[in-house]
Amino acid sequence: MANPTGIGAAILRKEDRRFITGRGNYVADLKRPGMTMGVFVRSPHAHAMVRGVDATAALAMPGVLAVLTGADLAADGVGGLPVGWGITGKDGLPMKEPPHPALADGKVRYVGDAVAFVVAETLELARQAAESVVVDYDVLPAAVGVLDAVRPDAPLLFDDVPGNLCCDWDMGDRAAVDAAFAGAAHVARISLTNNRLIGNPMEPRAAVAEYESSTDRTTLWTTSQFPHVVRLLMGNFVLKIPQHKLRVVAPDVGGGFGVKQFHYAEEAVLTWAARRIGRPIKWVCDRSEGFISDAHGRDHVTEAEMALDETGKFLALRVSTLANMGGYLSTFGPNIPTNLYAPLLAGVYTTPAIYCEVKCVFTNTVPVDAYRGAGRPEATFLVERLVDICAAELGMDRIAIRRRNMIPKEAYPYQTPMVVEYDSGDPVGCMDRALEVADWAGFAARKQESARRGRYRGIGISTYVEACGLAPSRLAIRMGARGGLYESATVRVHPTGDVTVLIGTHSHGQGHETTFAQIVSEKLGVPVERIDIVFGDTDKVQFGMGTYGSRSLVVGGSALSKAADKIILKGRKIAAHQLEAGLDDVVFENGVFSVVGTDRRRSFDEISLSAYVPADFPLEALEPGLEEQAYYDPVNFSYPGGAHIAEVEVDRETGSVELVAYTAVDDVGTVINPIIVAGQLHGGITQGVGQALCESAVYDEGSGQLLSGSFMDYCMPRADMMPRMEIQTHSTPCAHTDLGTKGCGEVGTIGSPAAVTNAIVDALSELGIAHIDMPASPNRIWRIMQNARLPHAAE
Amino acid sequence: MDVALEVNGAAVRHDIRENTLLVDLLRETLGLTGTHVGCDTSQCGACVVHVDGRAIKSCTVLAVALDGSSVTTIEGLAATAGGDALHPMQTAFHEKHGLQCGFCTPGMIMSAVDLVRQNPAPTEREVRAGLEGNLCRCTGYQNIVAAVIEGARVMRERQGV
Repeated sequence: MANPTGIGAAILRKEDRRFITGRGNYVADLKRPGMTMGVFVRSPHAHAMVRGVDATAALAMPGVLAVLTGADLAADGVGGLPVGWGITGKDGLPMKEPPHPALADGKVRYVGDAVAFVVAETLELARQAAESVVVDYDVLPAAVGVLDAVRPDAPLLFDDVPGNLCCDWDMGDRAAVDAAFAGAAHVARISLTNNRLIGNPMEPRAAVAEYESSTDRTTLWTTSQFPHVVRLLMGNFVLKIPQHKLRVVAPDVGGGFGVKQFHYAEEAVLTWAARRIGRPIKWVCDRSEGFISDAHGRDHVTEAEMALDETGKFLALRVSTLANMGGYLSTFGPNIPTNLYAPLLAGVYTTPAIYCEVKCVFTNTVPVDAYRGAGRPEATFLVERLVDICAAELGMDRIAIRRRNMIPKEAYPYQTPMVVEYDSGDPVGCMDRALEVADWAGFAARKQESARRGRYRGIGISTYVEACGLAPSRLAIRMGARGGLYESATVRVHPTGDVTVLIGTHSHGQGHETTFAQIVSEKLGVPVERIDIVFGDTDKVQFGMGTYGSRSLVVGGSALSKAADKIILKGRKIAAHQLEAGLDDVVFENGVFSVVGTDRRRSFDEISLSAYVPADFPLEALEPGLEEQAYYDPVNFSYPGGAHIAEVEVDRETGSVELVAYTAVDDVGTVINPIIVAGQLHGGITQGVGQALCESAVYDEGSGQLLSGSFMDYCMPRADMMPRMEIQTHSTPCAHTDLGTKGCGEVGTIGSPAAVTNAIVDALSELGIAHIDMPASPNRIWRIMQNARLPHAAE
Repeated sequence: MDVALEVNGAAVRHDIRENTLLVDLLRETLGLTGTHVGCDTSQCGACVVHVDGRAIKSCTVLAVALDGSSVTTIEGLAATAGGDALHPMQTAFHEKHGLQCGFCTPGMIMSAVDLVRQNPAPTEREVRAGLEGNLCRCTGYQNIVAAVIEGARVMRERQGV
């Protein structure tokens, strides 16, 4: 009999009640006795020397407690913010890694760079005081876009980083690619921009820091996806606080999407300042402040070309990308456009030779780092746009060219030419199912119908594969990771048989309190109502790397599964002792320990109780208690994949694009809870649609001012922008994770930008349009249509 | 300046500064932290509450301007549906998986209840248009739309419509 709350059960979320009743516990909701309020003074200039900070007027205001600067940080020996990955360039030399002070030290490098921190009794006072801090700036010319920053005469952000080049990195077999291009029947090319995005979780970042001198303990509450990593990076590298004296808590966190998986300057400054003034300090980021201080995402400029034979077979892919790092290296910044991008350029195809070079470039903009998908949406967009261009240039059907080049199901495990080995997958199966569900065959009739209404209609497909479940430490460390990427879980069975799980991942919308409980329920036969999942507090949870890169279920779930297996083993030992049987004769099924072939049995609850009432345990062989822990380090990435199909209508007059249908068929491996998986897909797809249709972080090229600095200017997807999405799964279990799971958090964001853009290009193909960059705003589409309609355009 | 309001059915009277926003009165003074602040341009709708039964963005109204009004926040919503543990719209958000991180949820539910007050049987298109003042970054809106339609259905049933 299937466990009604086990793996695969479509149960409702356990965590909902506090959120629907307004009883969530977010950082901004916190109040501590004696709490003060902090406000950052931020640079209004993209690039400037800081000649002085005059806080006289601010400090004279009653209720203002401190105005702190980079000089104070330096005087206290506070270190710069560390980078979690170091990459190595073509020349074998490490990337340039200039210091990243938590408050600017003599120079500001982007609009929003923090210069001073003001602490006062109230928020209003702190704001007023911050306004009165006078910073003497010597404004410098700014290097804003990557193309500007690599010009020979570009202003330099760092004196010792020539050409603003952090790293000139590559991957792949250049000679093999050159040879393939030399003999190719056809070469298709694309130049594209992957638009810069701002993650914008609905909860702005916030932090509260508190120091208790009587115990010498420091606590930081922060909106983080990985509190243990914040404790390690901040405690060990920035503030030099011993790990056992530092507690980091990430309570309810209102969305992350990568934006909250970095160690931010504000966390370190708040913690340092709270220790310095001896009072708790709270800082809540305004949304406008978030736009200029949350790490941004994407921002690539790329040239790529595909070599094909006369039958449309891909022979080689050559890619050259300029990737924006922003004004400093964020925690994972250099890893995203390199290790999380180039290895995915094979996509789901058998392209035998690939070469990718990436120049990571400093610019006078907010640091760029991971945003949902992180590198993989960029790779997928490039490959899937280029495949459509290949088809158009060769006069081939878009599906036929994909089918001709796809990795067949029976070829898995499949070693790509770009390091990674896909363990499992069925791209043809996903694509065929998506074509059927989306009624690809019936599109022509729908296009005619749209045309009768005076609208262009287009359909587009994107297949994809991604590498997630970050990550096998051995491989990651070889690629430049400066730490392991395992996960840990403790399963604590109480004397009553109720269960508490302590896990190192962090749920900020993903529903772990339900999904992880389902795994334990499946393993131990305990209903989910009797299982609590605890995370987000370094004083409670042993250790963990947190939640990002679709890793929680894949890596954390495997750790949890292994810890539960240890509980079963321990339970069998206790049962064997009590039932006077050999361990091998005791089995655990459906929540009951029994001796094979007999009616001797003990329930899970009975064994749990006796574990804590060990009247006659052979103590040298059997310890009391029923609590087990596992650390799990994956042997490979996991590789979710799938096929997404978008259908759009374009207004011939205004250029506005309406997404009219969306189909996703995804291979996410084993599904623990189909409701939650569908929800992850809905959200991921919508973020990808946002990139394709409306989202874009726009900087003024000369001044480096962020022009899209609020929800009035940065267009977020709203309910009326989306059609009802059709979500299906076509799963092949992951070959190497405990439960066969692959991860589903990012797939929507990876598959959708290319599917939507391919649909728009298809809609406009009758005008001779071969490519458009994202976002497909009405303004951009209108201009492209107008140009295409000019008399000379057809020549 | 003195302001007297009814908040979630209870009379409250406070001496506050004139520039106090309703959301700050609710969150900071009254400790009703279920009402959230997600932006500073009145775009996101995380702060939506009901004033005299109508949805408003509490980040954009001065508390003193509402002297004498009745305010309902997410914490008091269930009671407005007759003392049930949950308002039908809250239940619908749970049952249709209409929330993920939960941050936009209180504002989304408060907006949804007002939307249904104005249009007791909204179509999917009407719900999507009606939620244009509320941003959600997690759900892609699909299950929120389903929740609002379901919540509306139960609300109609309760009212015997």
